[in-house]
Amino acid sequence: MPQHERFEPRNRKKPRALAGLTLALGAMLLSGCSEAESVPTLTWYINPDDGGQAAIAERCTADSGGTYRIETSLLPNDAAAQREQLARRLAAGDSSLDIMSLDPPFIPELAEPGFLAPVPDDVAQRTTQNVVEGALAGAQWKDELVTVPFWANTQLLWYRKSVAEAAGLDMSQPVTWQQIMDAAASQDKFLGVQGQRGESMTVWVNALIESGGGQIIQNPEAPAAEIELGLVSEAGREAAEIVSTIGKEGLGGPGLATQDENFSMILFQGDKGSFMVNWPFVWPATNSAVEAGSLDPELIEDIGWTLYPRVNANEPTAPPLGGINLGVGAASDHPDLAYEAIECIVSPENQAEYFITNGNPPSNTEAYEDPRIEEAFPMADTIRESLELSAPRPQTPYYNEVSIGLQQNWAPPRSVDPATTPEQTTEFILAVLRGESLL
Amino acid sequence: MSTTVKPSSTGTKAGKRAAQPYSERAKGERRLGWLLAGPAFVVMLAVTAYPIVQAGYDSLFNYRLTAPSEREFIGLGNYGVILTDFVWWRDLGVTLLITVITVIVELILGFALALVMHKALKSVRGLLRTAILVPYGIITVVSAFAWFYAFDINSGYVNNWFDWVPGIDPDLNWFAGTWTSLFVIMASEIWKTTPFISLLLLAGLAQVPDELTEAAEVDGATWWERMSRVILPNMKAAIMVAVLFRALDAFRIFDNVFIMTNGAFGTEVLSLLAYRTSISRLEIGMGSAVSVLLFICVLLICFIAIKLFKVDLAGARGSK
Repeated sequence: MPQHERFEPRNRKKPRALAGLTLALGAMLLSGCSEAESVPTLTWYINPDDGGQAAIAERCTADSGGTYRIETSLLPNDAAAQREQLARRLAAGDSSLDIMSLDPPFIPELAEPGFLAPVPDDVAQRTTQNVVEGALAGAQWKDELVTVPFWANTQLLWYRKSVAEAAGLDMSQPVTWQQIMDAAASQDKFLGVQGQRGESMTVWVNALIESGGGQIIQNPEAPAAEIELGLVSEAGREAAEIVSTIGKEGLGGPGLATQDENFSMILFQGDKGSFMVNWPFVWPATNSAVEAGSLDPELIEDIGWTLYPRVNANEPTAPPLGGINLGVGAASDHPDLAYEAIECIVSPENQAEYFITNGNPPSNTEAYEDPRIEEAFPMADTIRESLELSAPRPQTPYYNEVSIGLQQNWAPPRSVDPATTPEQTTEFILAVLRGESLL
Repeated sequence: MSTTVKPSSTGTKAGKRAAQPYSERAKGERRLGWLLAGPAFVVMLAVTAYPIVQAGYDSLFNYRLTAPSEREFIGLGNYGVILTDFVWWRDLGVTLLITVITVIVELILGFALALVMHKALKSVRGLLRTAILVPYGIITVVSAFAWFYAFDINSGYVNNWFDWVPGIDPDLNWFAGTWTSLFVIMASEIWKTTPFISLLLLAGLAQVPDELTEAAEVDGATWWERMSRVILPNMKAAIMVAVLFRALDAFRIFDNVFIMTNGAFGTEVLSLLAYRTSISRLEIGMGSAVSVLLFICVLLICFIAIKLFKVDLAGARGSK
């Protein structure tokens, strides 16, 4: 590499200094080249975060002792767009997909056609110890581990202590949707729920149906034409009842029909805030807003948290499950190294660090033993308990059709009719799956 | 813009010439012409013709990107599903509604702006034209986001500024209803593309000879008579070309709807349906069929405009 020729000293007055610089640069370039050539580079496609995944990539690169180098590549913002990009690249056999951060509902769609490299048995064994059940279920397809659980997310019920107190609600006991709807209505406040036509609507409906003892899909592993839905059921009707009441009685506020997780947090932080179901990111977000001076510091003291509301008082709740798993592309040039890197990425230490710095909860229960977690997230125990109770969204290769079909019929919440919506949704989704209808 | 269309006189000359052998010079010119246009022609074939043919071929299959082994030939089956589906007709209706309303409003506003630009004093003409052209220079996605954030109930200021207008109050969620969403979508489309139409009309206005209007004025014609009897008939070609270009553009509207509602609450347009079917659902066969149908609709609009309304593309250039 004759790079040094470019630095030929033109200024005769400082030939030595330049020659020295040239040599140093040449040496750096040469060493850089030789390292880059001999150390395989693994590309990790990450979802946007606060830099936590990039930091883990750096740590694991350093820990590997020169075995591999992890480079991160950023995927689009929302889960659906991430899926679109990854699915297209995987279908085209892109060999740069060494490690991918995957949203669990979309995993079956990628696993079914063989787009993911198989997880080696020993890696599977080591990376699934102490992993919460919901996260483990989300990492599998047809009873086989196809991805490695990284972090697991769940929604809690966040509440304003002052409102709960004024409404006379004992938050130390499990509460139901009916109770929080009544409490919000009696105090003339708004509930923080996600009524937008988007993935958050499926998250909500799935949690309601699972909490009511039902399931959106009864046979998720079946081929498209044979899928049976469980919407037309007592659980489906109850779920529709809750969504419909919140929509029709204006309990979600005027912005409900376009409200996502972020805007329900802003509503909750405001004067009309009462109860909200949302992911734990709201805690660091609210804290930093207080630190930045845009929110009243007293707000922090007024915020409480507990498990996701129940549908029936005597049945346990099934909170939403989210998170990210790591998969390896079938066309990757270095699947073994990729799995070696994944083992490093999902280590309990890295998961704990990621929780503290980025607010994304670990899927490995061992990570919760880090004393710093309790300090940064006083609700860590509730999150862990919620993760154990949580239910994943339907695991099917046709998840996208099911989810969008559901969103089109259940949003906006005021249009939901418990008597007809579950049946209409079922007919619509089945027609789409049979290829007889556009979505 | 109209460089592809040659004045008809050239066509007949070329026809006569074809019978005679080419001179050395003519041959050389033809070769030079091909050398100059050839690369562009090849690129056009590669980026336009090839995808169209590929989409036509793919539309005959039941083909999902994530299930490549299940691909099967189903003939015109996808077209049957689409054309008997309510979603297609609803989206076609929404697209046509947006096209018709935006083009009419843009034509009226654009004409008014063109008149202002035409009549403006020389000293402010440059400034005025620049000011009018600014919206057209903004990237559509950026303008869509700007309009979205202005009207959004959580971040927008429109509800607060205009709460004195009947029907607008701080609790109005513009993007939760079909008509309010369509209003914002169309308003942003009109704001963005009126400058384009006004430029085309300005070119048409400039073509109307001053002697004609002056003569009419001397004859005692009122402003309205001069406008309707002299100016408008003389710039019919420019108006029709503006309408055709804008109608084709408006029919393919995507960005505004994608950013503001993503097709929610009955605001979906055909381009978005094609995008969602092929890109989001990864249904390559069905998505291609939607795209082919969309292409046929565009061809139909061109056909209607050129054959029925006799739009003369060359006329707008002043080459007549």
